[in-house]
Amino acid sequence: MSYLDQAHPEIQRPVSNLLIMASVLGALLLNSMPWQGLWLSLRPDFVAVAMLYWCTHKPLRFGIGMAWAVGILADVSDASLLGQHALSYTVLAFGGVVLSRRIQMFDLREQTTQVFFILLLTYAVYALVHWQVSGQVAWSYLLGCLTSTLLWVPISLLFQSMRQMRVDRE
Amino acid sequence: MDSTQTFQVFNRGPSPGARLVFFAVLSLLLMFVDARFRYLEAARSALSVLVSPIQHLATLPGTLWHKSGDFLVAQSRLLEANEVLHRQHERDSAQLVQSQSLLQENKQLRNLMAMQQRNQFSVQFAEIVYAEIDVFKRKVLINKGGSTHIQAGQVVMDDKGIVGQVTRIYPWLSEVTLITEKNHAVPVQVLRSGLRSIAFGAGNTSQLSLRYMPVSADIQKGDVLVTSGIDGLYPPGIPVAVVEKIERDPAYPFASIVCSPLGGVDKHRHLLVLSALPALPERTQATPVVTPSGKAGGN
Repeated sequence: MSYLDQAHPEIQRPVSNLLIMASVLGALLLNSMPWQGLWLSLRPDFVAVAMLYWCTHKPLRFGIGMAWAVGILADVSDASLLGQHALSYTVLAFGGVVLSRRIQMFDLREQTTQVFFILLLTYAVYALVHWQVSGQVAWSYLLGCLTSTLLWVPISLLFQSMRQMRVDRE
Repeated sequence: MDSTQTFQVFNRGPSPGARLVFFAVLSLLLMFVDARFRYLEAARSALSVLVSPIQHLATLPGTLWHKSGDFLVAQSRLLEANEVLHRQHERDSAQLVQSQSLLQENKQLRNLMAMQQRNQFSVQFAEIVYAEIDVFKRKVLINKGGSTHIQAGQVVMDDKGIVGQVTRIYPWLSEVTLITEKNHAVPVQVLRSGLRSIAFGAGNTSQLSLRYMPVSADIQKGDVLVTSGIDGLYPPGIPVAVVEKIERDPAYPFASIVCSPLGGVDKHRHLLVLSALPALPERTQATPVVTPSGKAGGN
């Protein structure tokens, strides 16, 4: 599992804004696929994981304001209360930006535990708002937090390789 | 005094903490306004123009899968299905003729009694684009929206019964809240006894419950509930649910009645949207009327 140990294998090319936007929009697309039943509660929050990657790796390029705006779009596409995703993604981005230096020091395996707590907080904020509004706690929703955490390693590797490819080409 | 403050070489704008507070307060404000008032519907539908291409793209694989499934169906199965449908059509048309004569008779009787005629309604066909968008909510999106004159409040049904109600309109989509959504209410009537009640969605399961029905109410397992049409929103006489379980506990004043919806609330892809019914006359305000005996009474 040597690939897990190298969080920063090479000096990476600067990321284009296009890549960041495309990855977040792609994650939004995956989120809005017609998931149903158990799959829906197991569905990882692709948007959250993708944004967390950019918040931790490029905190000056993708910050809290962007995360909030994406959250508003997620609210519209989910037909949830306007601001519900925005609030939880704001918390997510805050966690990512504040812990960015620390997270970048760890390798991918250690990052996963750190990321788990940020995602747990994000999910908890969303569930808390839902509980306040409708008065019922959906425990099955919190399952998605675990699958999202599992997604951290694949997504990190994917984004890293995408940044790497740009080096090879030029 | 300022020894704790870090020196910043580059101006990077407000600190993350300040940004967190700003955007969190903004979100909370938005949520409050969205939950209490309806000011943000215009903004939401404007933003949906940005989001709807993504949604269309996301549902494309599913749609293609269904379409290819439709295309690659065996001829024998088509013939069989055709046969079944033909038979059903013949059976139904015999009943339809009968029901039309009944309808005519009912109309004449209502004329004789000088009662208001039952409203006719037309239907629009729609297809579910998107089922169950969130773990919490029991809502679906259908492929008809503001551009095809769908209005909020219209009733959605399938061939078996009521499925839900249109709650939010986007330009090309609209959102249907299913009757099993928590606290969604449908005014119903027991077909057998004519007893009126209100069916509420249970929320977490695909069931309905009748609340505030006295223990002695004339209701049995297997009774069919149809819409009573009292609210002027649901056309009367459309099947809603069938009573599944009744618990009469003398310790409580009300019986606990669980029903299961007749419409395929989470099964079908094709739905009917009933056109909006003409509005009922405005309910007059209950003004205190002083009767000769000196007592105040409402209307």
